[in-house]
Amino acid sequence: MRLEPRAASSATATVVWPVAAIAATILISSVLVMIAGASPFTVFYLVFKGAAGSQFALVETLTRATPLIFTGLAVAVAFRARLWNIGAEAQLYLGAVMTVVLGTGAVALPSAGLIPLVMVAAMLTGALALLGPAILKTRFGVDEVVTTLLLNFIVLLFVSMLLEGVLKDPMGLGWPQSRRVVSEAQLPRLIQGKRLHFGFVLAIVSAIVVWVIMKKTVLGYEMRAVGHNAEAARFAGIPVNRVIVKTALLSGGLAALAGFSEVAGLKGNLTLDLSPGYGYTGIVVAMLALLNPLGVIAAAIFVAGIFVGADAMSRSANVPSYIADVMVATSLLTMVTAIMLMRYRVRWR
Amino acid sequence: MNEAIEILFTASFWVAAIRIASPLIFATMGELICERAGVLNLGIEGIMVAGAFTGWFTVYMGGDLWTGVFVAAMAGAMFGLLHGFLTVPLGLSQHVTGIGITLLATSLTYFTYRILLPEVTSPPKIEAFQPLAIPVLSDIPVLGPALFNQTPLTYLAYLTVAVVAFTLYRTPVGVAVRAVGENPSAVEAQGISVSAIRIGAVMAGSALMAIGGAFLTMSAFNSFFFEMINGRGWIAIALVVFGSWRPGKALIGAILFAAFDAYQVRLQQITGGVIPYQIFLMMPFVLSIVALVVVARRATYPKALMIPYQKGER
Repeated sequence: MRLEPRAASSATATVVWPVAAIAATILISSVLVMIAGASPFTVFYLVFKGAAGSQFALVETLTRATPLIFTGLAVAVAFRARLWNIGAEAQLYLGAVMTVVLGTGAVALPSAGLIPLVMVAAMLTGALALLGPAILKTRFGVDEVVTTLLLNFIVLLFVSMLLEGVLKDPMGLGWPQSRRVVSEAQLPRLIQGKRLHFGFVLAIVSAIVVWVIMKKTVLGYEMRAVGHNAEAARFAGIPVNRVIVKTALLSGGLAALAGFSEVAGLKGNLTLDLSPGYGYTGIVVAMLALLNPLGVIAAAIFVAGIFVGADAMSRSANVPSYIADVMVATSLLTMVTAIMLMRYRVRWR
Repeated sequence: MNEAIEILFTASFWVAAIRIASPLIFATMGELICERAGVLNLGIEGIMVAGAFTGWFTVYMGGDLWTGVFVAAMAGAMFGLLHGFLTVPLGLSQHVTGIGITLLATSLTYFTYRILLPEVTSPPKIEAFQPLAIPVLSDIPVLGPALFNQTPLTYLAYLTVAVVAFTLYRTPVGVAVRAVGENPSAVEAQGISVSAIRIGAVMAGSALMAIGGAFLTMSAFNSFFFEMINGRGWIAIALVVFGSWRPGKALIGAILFAAFDAYQVRLQQITGGVIPYQIFLMMPFVLSIVALVVVARRATYPKALMIPYQKGER
């Protein structure tokens, strides 16, 4: 068996393979649902209803999509330049830490000043968190996959230390949680009485800004060139290492915005369960979006819908909500396979 | 201060160090085989979760302990087959596929756990492997109990290193595995299938990773917890680099690392809460990064690592 690049992109392949990927994901999850002793039709109907069947469901899905758009963008930007940032989880938490450091009363400013200040500070923190691995990569040749993965564990322990130490809420009844951010630092709600907050708008704007950077600026061009072929890029005079560092700063900053928006927009304070793996799920979101910043919005809403829908489903049907994680992981693997089959033709010889 | 040094001369410290090293030895050998064949396997973390669960569950259902180890290895090999199929003939990104395998293996395991044990609040226990003193050898002071009064799975870990080292350097299969990681077209020219060797290596390596996971539920502890692998897979990847892709060096790395880990636990007790415990828990991860930086300059990666091979392509 061998692969041949397709000379021209085939319209049939572009349609058939992604559809096949979705079908395969549904088929595999159906088998698991049946093993759990439920009917796939009922379960998928309940997942869909829970994700998009009512105004409440839709608002919940968009709320859940917000951090995933940020981490998805962070991964998409990094992967485009072949910087394997698997540490969005760590950058998210550090962004959240900076948000509670500045947002719980340390700085007294009106909203118009405090929110941008906290946001920029959070971004810088996340950016610095990825700067370390980026420099280790460019200066010492240390693989960033392993360093960013290991940093996730270090940062989570660091946050735990802060929450039991200097950042601990004295009124928190002993729970490891931070104090709540002051009202001037809180992001407004988009709909009165609903959980959807201004962070969602920020996420959409970020996606558009990242799209412009990637498509219309020199940096975007350089990032794509480095990702396509670092050697050729170097030969063409592109400062590869500097581009990698800039990519890292952008990616880390975007991931940190997820932490900022979750704390300032939704939760109000920092706890150790702020993120149920949004950093890792961001990898799936970015891949489903084919690393396209605008596609990240759709992919994040789709993935968020699966999680929100599965949560609702598991309350009524007797199927564990982990089915959502299985579906998301399966869709990642089937989709990367589909993308490959869109670009290459398989020859059996 | 003396107290901190005396720890190093107690038998219990070295017993703990070897126990902590055992799952890492399996996992590191597994990753080493994959990478020697040119395939990075980031599925390791999830494969260890799957191995920990399947091995434990087999015994919980009344299976023999060694049957449990075998089932865990098979589960690992299946995920290895999937990773191998996606990254070798299809040539997908080894990074993305590996992360996908980790997410899939972890979520499938948790899903299965919830289905098979829906009512449990505290994880059920099994009768795990017990320490087995090897006569004479275990009587050597300090080193005896540390090396030769462990569970049979730890002895299997020693044996694994010897078998992996012997196979890689002294058998035709090992030569082929190393060659597909260095110069695959030369192997193809010999009439050997690069794909078959690579997929086989990834399956064998993944089986070892799963046994490493099973060590935790069947030897170190006696039940299955969520999050119990806790980054050990990622540490194994760092240990492979630290060991320059050589089984012997990787073994020494794993033992040094585990000794450090056992030491920080004891140091934590001596310092008595002056330093936050999280600092101690961070140490293994920090140490892994430091180790990577130290060896990075002279690391000699297998030349074809992460490069998909297509027949007839240069």
